[in-house]
Amino acid sequence: MRVRAIAAGGALLLLTGCGAADMTKQASPFANAQGAKSVTLSVQSWVGAQANVAVAQYLLEHKLGYRVDTVQVDEVPAWDALSQGRVDAILEDWGHPEQEQRYVKDKKTITAGGGLGVTGHIGWYVPTYFAKQHPDVTNWKNLNKYASQLRTAESGGKGQLMDGSPSYVTNDKALVKNLDLDYQVVFAGSEAAQITQMRQFAKEKKPFLTYWYAPQWLFEKVPMTEVKLPAYKEGCDADPAKVACAYPHTPLQKYLNTDFAKSGGKAAAFLKKFKWTTEDQNQVSLMIADQKLTPEEAGKKWVDGHESTWRAWLS
Amino acid sequence: MATVTASTPRALPSGLLRHRAVHKLLLIALAAAVLVPLANARWASGSWPSALTVDLTSPLSKASDWIIDNRDSHPLFLYFFGYVSNAVVISVRAVYLVLLGAGWAGVTAFGALVAWRVAGVRLAVGTTAAFLACGLLGMWVPTMQTLALMVVAVLASVVVGVLLGLAAGLSRRMDKILRPVLDTMQVMPAYAYLLPVVLVFGMGVPAAVLATVVYAAPPMARLTALGLQGADKEVLEAVESLGTTARQRLLTARIPLARKELLLGLNQTIMMALSMAVIASVIGAAGLGDRVYQALASVDVGAALAAGIPIVLLAVVLDRVTGAAGDGTEPRGRAGWAYALAGAVVVAVAGRLLGRLDWPDSWTLNIAEPVNRAVDWMTGHLYSGVPVVGGTADWAGHFTTWVLDPVRDGLQGLPWWSVLLIVATLAWLIGTWRTALTAVLAMAAIGVLGVWTSALDTLSQVLAAVAVTLVLGFATAVAAARSDRVERLLRPVLDVFQTMPQFVYLIPVVALFGVGRAPAAAAAVVYALPAVVRITTQGLRQVDPAAMESSKSLGATSWQQLRQVQLPLARSALLLAVNQGVVLVLAVVVIGGLVGGGALGYDTVFGLAQGDLATGLVAGAAIVCLGLMLDRVTQPTERRTGKGA
Repeated sequence: MRVRAIAAGGALLLLTGCGAADMTKQASPFANAQGAKSVTLSVQSWVGAQANVAVAQYLLEHKLGYRVDTVQVDEVPAWDALSQGRVDAILEDWGHPEQEQRYVKDKKTITAGGGLGVTGHIGWYVPTYFAKQHPDVTNWKNLNKYASQLRTAESGGKGQLMDGSPSYVTNDKALVKNLDLDYQVVFAGSEAAQITQMRQFAKEKKPFLTYWYAPQWLFEKVPMTEVKLPAYKEGCDADPAKVACAYPHTPLQKYLNTDFAKSGGKAAAFLKKFKWTTEDQNQVSLMIADQKLTPEEAGKKWVDGHESTWRAWLS
Repeated sequence: MATVTASTPRALPSGLLRHRAVHKLLLIALAAAVLVPLANARWASGSWPSALTVDLTSPLSKASDWIIDNRDSHPLFLYFFGYVSNAVVISVRAVYLVLLGAGWAGVTAFGALVAWRVAGVRLAVGTTAAFLACGLLGMWVPTMQTLALMVVAVLASVVVGVLLGLAAGLSRRMDKILRPVLDTMQVMPAYAYLLPVVLVFGMGVPAAVLATVVYAAPPMARLTALGLQGADKEVLEAVESLGTTARQRLLTARIPLARKELLLGLNQTIMMALSMAVIASVIGAAGLGDRVYQALASVDVGAALAAGIPIVLLAVVLDRVTGAAGDGTEPRGRAGWAYALAGAVVVAVAGRLLGRLDWPDSWTLNIAEPVNRAVDWMTGHLYSGVPVVGGTADWAGHFTTWVLDPVRDGLQGLPWWSVLLIVATLAWLIGTWRTALTAVLAMAAIGVLGVWTSALDTLSQVLAAVAVTLVLGFATAVAAARSDRVERLLRPVLDVFQTMPQFVYLIPVVALFGVGRAPAAAAAVVYALPAVVRITTQGLRQVDPAAMESSKSLGATSWQQLRQVQLPLARSALLLAVNQGVVLVLAVVVIGGLVGGGALGYDTVFGLAQGDLATGLVAGAAIVCLGLMLDRVTQPTERRTGKGA
């Protein structure tokens, strides 16, 4: 018995003694077997991000001969995965200063990949049918007047401000408190739940107030109007507890794993050049989310119709 | 299916019980009279006193930062975790390549032939149909990825589980150490495992496999230990008298005698691994779970269902086949196995020669569209404005205002010491002072962790959902116990709901009940109902037919019969159903965080989404404590005799 245990232990030591097993060099077991060039892209949970990846994937596969794997990861863990090389690129980032400091500036495991060409904006929205009936609801100063109409079972005696996925950037709790609003922030917990609830409200033309962001395909299905919050000024959101201003307009960024950026060849060069517009992205998002095309079909459809745009990315 | 309780409760004579109950109550009242004024004088506050909390934020954040900074360079990661991760990647890849190499025809043939050898022709046909359905739904490759991951995870779980089980089954001291650990893991929701694993291993398959192993190994360990301890003493003595060595005894007598438990353990492990395979998609498990998860993001129920059905089919087939293996008495001949293997190889080679390795694209069926249309219609017509009964949205509103809110406010309004007192009383009445102590300590730990208020919010949701589950479950079970036809009709429905990944029904649930705690409760009811119905039906059916006959001859109506004979005699099964209902409902609470359940579930999801160890781990730990407390309060324990508690 003992002899065997020692032997086993020795074998283990031998095995582990050979060298370091760097987890950052380990690919997914499902990656391509034939040793083909492969790229892994992170897809975040919202459809806009799926649209970026759909087009990039289609071009990488059909014009550059790569094999593309996609992984769905939340925003912050995606940075971590990117740093470890589990993912080669994030195509749409909404601004994570803390992670940027850690991985891009300090550890240098992630390299900035330039802008996506799309500007993102987070805000509070009411459905347009409600804003038309009550034009003054679009200013935060009048929100308290409508609290009673926006009440739900979850919000208790207050009006409901619906927030979405826990992975999204939000100051809403602080905003409600600091602007002294008679509202309760209700977390839908996921974007899917939030969208489903908004569509149900819209079907019945019920009023609602929600945290939402643009560009987003849902605007085409449920037209919404933004509620004006106190104007954003540089640094007004520095202290999360004291925020009392609107969200900024963020030019969305791409990030690449540093090793991939250096030695990723054509794929890395292509992903750095990849840059399109809000309309382009929305077009593809709608095909995926509303017409229920698969991302691949949607990517193909867009690529077929916009040759001049993507030619520039490949050169 | 998700959990088993090892100890079966034994009904005590009611006179003795009442007597002891009074004793216990008196003792508790006495203790309360001494302790409560003390506690109240020292920390007078309604909610948990802040003086008694420990803030773990800074140490946990530091730990998390340390891991991230050292993950790529520290020897612990390079020489240990790195190899573990590497081994997982290599083995999953190997299995995956074999599965792909065998082609769809080879895999289907192999599955069918194994099912035939183990469980007979009917299951072989079922297995074939299940595999073909996976292909037809256009899910062949994801199914193979999930299968590859499952094979590795289940094998690892079985090895780990059997080793732990052997240790616990052969050594009383190990048993004492392991028992509470395994008990705790049993009530731990899957989501709570993900965060620490991800932190160490990063996103991806290794983390997913390891989380699955940690989740699925405990039932194997418990049942192995149970099987070894339960071996017939006389047989063992007889074997010993033959002059065998300890190892011979283990291999030739104890393990074969525990065969049934071992196979049941395997069955449980497979089921738990499969349910984890879906949840682990949140941390990059790929395969079917990932398809479900991605479909959730584009609010596409049809696509989610297309990936969910293969999971259900795999689960049902694996459950039946391993279940049949457990029931089978004599091992069959080797020749049959040889034929089966040869047959599978022939089919695989034939598939290879014909160049038909991948499932043909033209053979797929698109179910997403009709399903989405059906769901739209349903949610469109039931949501509100239904005459007389009102729409589902109204029900949800009423349920929230009239049930959830009062229970939550009531619980949160109670002084903290009285919550502990109630827990102690309930747990002691139903169990022993040990279980009561565990329950109270678990509840107190929640307070110490500083999440008292949200834990009580979660508790209120659990209680409300359990109440609904029990009402619906008992009613269904009574119907099923009275009619074979109902039971037969019910069986496939229960199978589907028990194994369907919860991600699939999150969207319909929100579309029906809106965002909030009501849909979270609804999802929990859907998940917990099958187990409650099963256990109760079984309990009611096992009531001695003689007792039923004699009550009938005394002229009892069928209602009287049910109330006065069947239910009391099935008491232990009913209690077990309550216990399972509570544990399963709690398991869905985290998922409920995704549809607006808030409280601890949301915090866990938040921690995972933001990589925030401090929030996520504390919430996860609190859920575990809550589970432990609820389990102890609802699980009747026989009076422990001398051997380990």
